[in-house]
Amino acid sequence: MTDDRLKSLTEMAVGHRSIVRQLYGGREFLSRMAAMGFTVGAEVEVIQNYGRGPLITLIRDTRVALGRGEALKVLVEDRNEEA
Amino acid sequence: MMTRPMAQIDDRSQDQLTVALTGQPNVGKSTIFNMLTGLNQRVGNWPGKTIEKKVGIYRLNGRSVRIVDLPGTYSLTANSIEERIARDYIIQERPDVVAAIVNAANLEHNLYLVAELLCLPVPVVLGLNMMDIAEQLGLRIEPHVLEAALGLPVVPLVASRNQGVRELMAAVEKLTHDSNAFRPSRPVIREDHRVVLAELRSLLVGQVPDPYPEEWVALKLLEGDEEITQMMQERMPPERWEHVHGILMQHEDAILDIAGGRYDWIGRMVRAALTHPSAGSITLTDRLDRFATHPWFGLVLLLGVFGLIFWLTFTISTPIQAWLNDVIVTGVAKGTQEALQNVPQWLVSLLVDGVIAGAGTVLTFLPVLVVFFFLLGLLEDVGYLARAAYVMDRFMHPMGLHGKSCLALCIGFGCNVPAVLAGRMVETERGRLLTILLAPLVPCAGRLMVLAFLAPIFFGSNAALVSLGLVTLNLLVLVAMGLLLNRLAFGGVRMAYIMELPLYHIPNLRTIALFVWHRSKVFLSTAGSIILIMSVFVWVSVSFPGPGIEYSLLARVGRLLEPIAALLGLDWRMMVALLSSFLAKENTIATLGVLFRVGQGGISLEQSLAGSLTPAAALAFLAVQMLFIPCAATVAVMHQEMRSWRWTLFSVVLLLVISFGIGVAIYQGVTLLNR
Repeated sequence: MTDDRLKSLTEMAVGHRSIVRQLYGGREFLSRMAAMGFTVGAEVEVIQNYGRGPLITLIRDTRVALGRGEALKVLVEDRNEEA
Repeated sequence: MMTRPMAQIDDRSQDQLTVALTGQPNVGKSTIFNMLTGLNQRVGNWPGKTIEKKVGIYRLNGRSVRIVDLPGTYSLTANSIEERIARDYIIQERPDVVAAIVNAANLEHNLYLVAELLCLPVPVVLGLNMMDIAEQLGLRIEPHVLEAALGLPVVPLVASRNQGVRELMAAVEKLTHDSNAFRPSRPVIREDHRVVLAELRSLLVGQVPDPYPEEWVALKLLEGDEEITQMMQERMPPERWEHVHGILMQHEDAILDIAGGRYDWIGRMVRAALTHPSAGSITLTDRLDRFATHPWFGLVLLLGVFGLIFWLTFTISTPIQAWLNDVIVTGVAKGTQEALQNVPQWLVSLLVDGVIAGAGTVLTFLPVLVVFFFLLGLLEDVGYLARAAYVMDRFMHPMGLHGKSCLALCIGFGCNVPAVLAGRMVETERGRLLTILLAPLVPCAGRLMVLAFLAPIFFGSNAALVSLGLVTLNLLVLVAMGLLLNRLAFGGVRMAYIMELPLYHIPNLRTIALFVWHRSKVFLSTAGSIILIMSVFVWVSVSFPGPGIEYSLLARVGRLLEPIAALLGLDWRMMVALLSSFLAKENTIATLGVLFRVGQGGISLEQSLAGSLTPAAALAFLAVQMLFIPCAATVAVMHQEMRSWRWTLFSVVLLLVISFGIGVAIYQGVTLLNR
């Protein structure tokens, strides 16, 4: 898998489902993200993304709002593009 | 009847069962706690924290069960104070059983905490709450299948309708004498880190302090848990710690693998028990959120909701307050005066103007608090508050505040007391402290009233402009203080913005009613007594040695402050008026009336005031009045909420410095310009 197939969660369009491939950040950030469901391999759908400001994601049946800075640190693989 | 179970709440007796309720936020844990314990509960704070501690008693077959409601947490890693409290309680206090509550509609997400709980040496019962909501969403869950997979009792619940709550406690009781009921499948670490974990564990043998389990400490070290890392660093011989530290540095991202392993385990546990609907449907939550979380519509909705809360709170409570004041407080005062005709005058005055007036103040706050707490509880329980926070967050974040701080500060325009009390709903400890510290800078109705009364006297037709300017000044100072305090006192560390938006649901009136009841009770007992003491103290300072306020201790203090007053272009009388506003902001006007001898020689307060101050001094006075130390009731609730006299005093001193600093700057600046 090459890295150019990965994009940050902020680039994802609303309604697209993707798979989390990489997470960046300090231990506390990773730990908090993991407790909210964000781990490598998890399926995530962006429900709201207005191009700026925070976005809303659906992960493991839960709606989680992420700041833009936080969402930038989540690299995903778009599943809609594959199909 | 009430006293006996209450005594059992505080002490853990031998034959009593202790059950800890845990769960992630938004699983309906409070509802379950309230269903179990009703009024038989005690609400306090965890030692030294701003976090609520709720303990209650449940009667089970004649046996009393002590139920401890632990703070809602997403995990048991020390990322927040809530998480530290929850895990410290389980590890150190060793409850007999932990009842872990999950929301059936968010099963996989919520089981993350359970995966962590099962690594601790305590039996766990799983409460599968909100089964009705899961069903509405088309999720099919089979509790028995889940029970077989997990190896621990699983009880389906609809706590809002009081279904399954008894069964949950029956399962708890069964677990205490039937060890076969708890043979849990525990999550294991993924292959990649298995060897490292074993190595860490061998290095920790004999080093881990009681009562921490070695295996758990090894896991938390690998996860990068700050608190445990620090604890082990302090306890281990330096060379040995170096070895451990070296290993940890090589596996800095182990948390991702450990968490991944937990979700793998969760996936295996729910595979047979949970069926998702084949097609994703648009839920009510999604439909409502299109508006509620929209950057513009959401903001409009939020302003509407906050406006409505503000309006309702004060529209409903104002006539009740007036009635309490005119009928109850005045009636009691009159009755006391008549009954005590042969008693020295000063004693009557102490009782009437000190004690009864103080108790009256406490009493008249109650309607505001009850209505506001009810509306706040309603918004929280419905799930809207998280949306309001989401919409407001971008504006509040630079100040280190949370979106929920906004609602607290908004209500402050009516009264600072509920504003401080609402600080409690903010998620982070730092956000709570900041909200409480900033709340007194919101100009409350009392101060606005003084402004509305005095501004026309001093500034005539320009009063509206001056008033608007002063209110803006308050808000600017609030923003500046927020930015500054966030940077200086809290190091400017930016909290990662990750927030759950719960599903909307129908509010549970019992939960809200108990919330209102307990918060009001805490206000009456904690803040109420402080207000009463301060009221008597202020009475002494205005009554002695007398006669009248102009010959009182307060007046002497005012005269002592004359050098500062001079910097503001004011005399001692204005200082006394400011000081007297401590009991209630409206007192400023009454004090000025006395000190400027209203009614003597046919001169009104307007006439004597307008002539005695230059415009620069009047502007400085109004600015100080608006930014001055909060009233006694606000100080009392600040202490109640922050649990610290140090922070409370810090806030009072800070506001003194700010208000006088700005007042002096205004007076000197305007005087200089007019030269």
